[in-house]
Amino acid sequence: MVKVTIDGISIDVEPGTSILNAARQIGGDIVPPAMCYYSKLEGSGGKCRTCLVKVSKGSEKDPRPMPKLVASCRTTVMDGMEVQNITSPEVIEARKGVVEMLLINHPLDCPICDQAGECHLQDLGFDHGAAKTRYEFDRRTFERIDIGDKIQLHMNRCILCYRCVFTADQITDQRVHGVLNRGDHAEISTYIHKAVDNDFSGNVIDVCPVGALTDKTFRFKNRVWFTKPVEAHRNCEHEKCNGKVTLWYKGEDVLRVTARKDQYGEVEEFICNTCRFDKKKTSDWVIEGPRKVSNQSVISSNHYETLHPLPVVKTNPVLQEANKEQFERETRL
Amino acid sequence: MGRKLLLEHINVPGINTFDVYRSKGGYAAVEKALKTLTPDEVVEEVKKSGLRGRGGAGFPTGMKWSFLAKPEGVPRYLVCNADESEPGTFKDRYLMTHIPHLLIEGMIIASFALGAKTSYIYVRGEMMPQIRILEKAIAEAKNAGFLGKNILGTGYDLELYVQPGGGAYICGEETALIESLEGKRGNPRIKPPFPAIAGLYGCPTVVNNVESIAATVPIIRDGGDEYAKIGIGRSTGTKLISASGNLNKPGVYEIELGVPVEEFIYSDEYCGGIANGKRLKAVVAGGSSVPILPANLILKTINNESRLMSYESLSDGGFATGSMMGSGGFIAFDEDQCIVRNTWNFARFYHHESCGQCSPCREGTGWMEKVLHRLEHGHGKLSDMDLLVDVSKKIEGNTICPLGDAAAWPVASAIRHFRDEFEWHVTNPTEAVSRNYGLSHYADPLSKPEEVA
Repeated sequence: MVKVTIDGISIDVEPGTSILNAARQIGGDIVPPAMCYYSKLEGSGGKCRTCLVKVSKGSEKDPRPMPKLVASCRTTVMDGMEVQNITSPEVIEARKGVVEMLLINHPLDCPICDQAGECHLQDLGFDHGAAKTRYEFDRRTFERIDIGDKIQLHMNRCILCYRCVFTADQITDQRVHGVLNRGDHAEISTYIHKAVDNDFSGNVIDVCPVGALTDKTFRFKNRVWFTKPVEAHRNCEHEKCNGKVTLWYKGEDVLRVTARKDQYGEVEEFICNTCRFDKKKTSDWVIEGPRKVSNQSVISSNHYETLHPLPVVKTNPVLQEANKEQFERETRL
Repeated sequence: MGRKLLLEHINVPGINTFDVYRSKGGYAAVEKALKTLTPDEVVEEVKKSGLRGRGGAGFPTGMKWSFLAKPEGVPRYLVCNADESEPGTFKDRYLMTHIPHLLIEGMIIASFALGAKTSYIYVRGEMMPQIRILEKAIAEAKNAGFLGKNILGTGYDLELYVQPGGGAYICGEETALIESLEGKRGNPRIKPPFPAIAGLYGCPTVVNNVESIAATVPIIRDGGDEYAKIGIGRSTGTKLISASGNLNKPGVYEIELGVPVEEFIYSDEYCGGIANGKRLKAVVAGGSSVPILPANLILKTINNESRLMSYESLSDGGFATGSMMGSGGFIAFDEDQCIVRNTWNFARFYHHESCGQCSPCREGTGWMEKVLHRLEHGHGKLSDMDLLVDVSKKIEGNTICPLGDAAAWPVASAIRHFRDEFEWHVTNPTEAVSRNYGLSHYADPLSKPEEVA
């Protein structure tokens, strides 16, 4: 066991654990956000740079700090390592920069995006993003592509985390989509609009941290925070699928089926396409009970409002004066 | 007249053929290494020579070689990085075109030192003529018994392959080069593990620049100590400099490290001064990714000492008043050149060449390019300069590979040293599109730094 200290909290972990996973074992606020790392997918991580941390002491043997911020998801812990995450202004500043970079070409179409409410980029933007953008140019746009009859690719929203590429490589029999082009015109695509058609292809929807890959059977049906998640299972015939899922109810109807996700948005088990797309009746499933939803999540509160209203409602000083009373009334808790 | 080690026989007719190269003492170093030295002794010689990587980072080559992991039963590889695509750098292409056997000879020595049985020369895709030249040279060397099985009867086997790349700048980064060589998309890998532990096909690999490998030939031929006598301080030996821009005699020059920059620009032995009788305005000293310096700072350091062409002297003053040796792409700008336009041009290059793997570089390079484009065409704002500096800071150091840094440095340094010119582009937008800012005070003698009480 090696000892690592993250933001002053020490923990003993197995050798070879990454800093991010050590932080997850501690839990709480000190866990760096991760957009591209996915513990179930080998080789993922290191690309989005949101999980940057500062290593202020390399190890017991070599106490020198690391010269640059490191990606915590791909840096393994050493004995006696000391890491700063939220206690380092440098890290917070860098993370703010990364969030800004991720958002400059993002369409910010959360009001019509099916991922809203369970989107990692939304959470990240909420935590670290600025209220205004400094980017004054046209955003990059792509055509929407239907890849197969069940999945729609909305490339504008993609942050190129490569998770879906790793999923197709490691979970499905063969990969027919990938990253084309380079730089900021890089895009996830299939070669000549080939359909992604595979028993496990639906999992790319679950691993996508943003709304780039969405379930066509759920598109525009409802907002996530109006639906009720329920744990259920069925006896799936597919040998690689154990049929353990989350059903998302609205009233009597099952609107969509997803794999069960943990608090970091990672699935416990990948599920097959039959479970995901074809079994949408309560009678198909054995209900286990309601899913526990974090009280931090908008899904539990059933609506999407912030507890603290934004400090400025109007930029015009005259209007501000006129609305002051109302503003104070509304901001009082 | 400085000593020439690499380009000594460059003007001999037919030096690109095996017979002429051999008659000029070529392949003597291979004979010496294979017949009289052990691999460890070759590494030791290179360490003694103090040779530093010529590709840009300047990491000591001997040290890099000694880091190579040597597990039993696993092949080791040497890869020569001939993916030279830094704007302003063309020394490797020159070397490969005119004296290809020097590279082949260096490859044999280096492969022997590292115990590699298969070595690759990864050449940039656009350099098709050089690929043919190298393949011809390899065939000639093989014919003469310097490659293949049982070289010179010493029992050492080596196969050498030339691999054309696809022409991407990012494939000059060593891990992206390895990915590309394996036939994958040229995305840099996340380090660690470093290539010395797990590189090509997961085996220990050393990636070296063309010039570094070629420099092992004189090191082995004359001995590492002899090589270390040339140069100044920790910058030993000779270096190829690709001089371009507004110079009377642009071209590839071999210099002894430690030549004053002033002498390099103005003496007739080298660049012969600024073309058309103009005055020097700025210099990019080591290829597009190093910080640009105004004329007064490139000729003299901030302490008013003469600046030399060496790793230490060029980086004297850090990023505030210094630059870097880089890959030796020396670009001179005369008073008629526009720094804003040039910075935009560099930013455009990095925007185009970013691999798109990690977010700060993918999004940030495009953002900087757009802001600089706006500035150059007279639509800028005064706040743009701070924005650019801030964006470049957000990119620098936060990316997987050094391309992010390389994209950030030229922009940050141009604004640091030429802020007046950027501001002039904002305040005089109509004038800025029709004429250039001119020399201004960029060549004025430096004022003495104030004493801090």
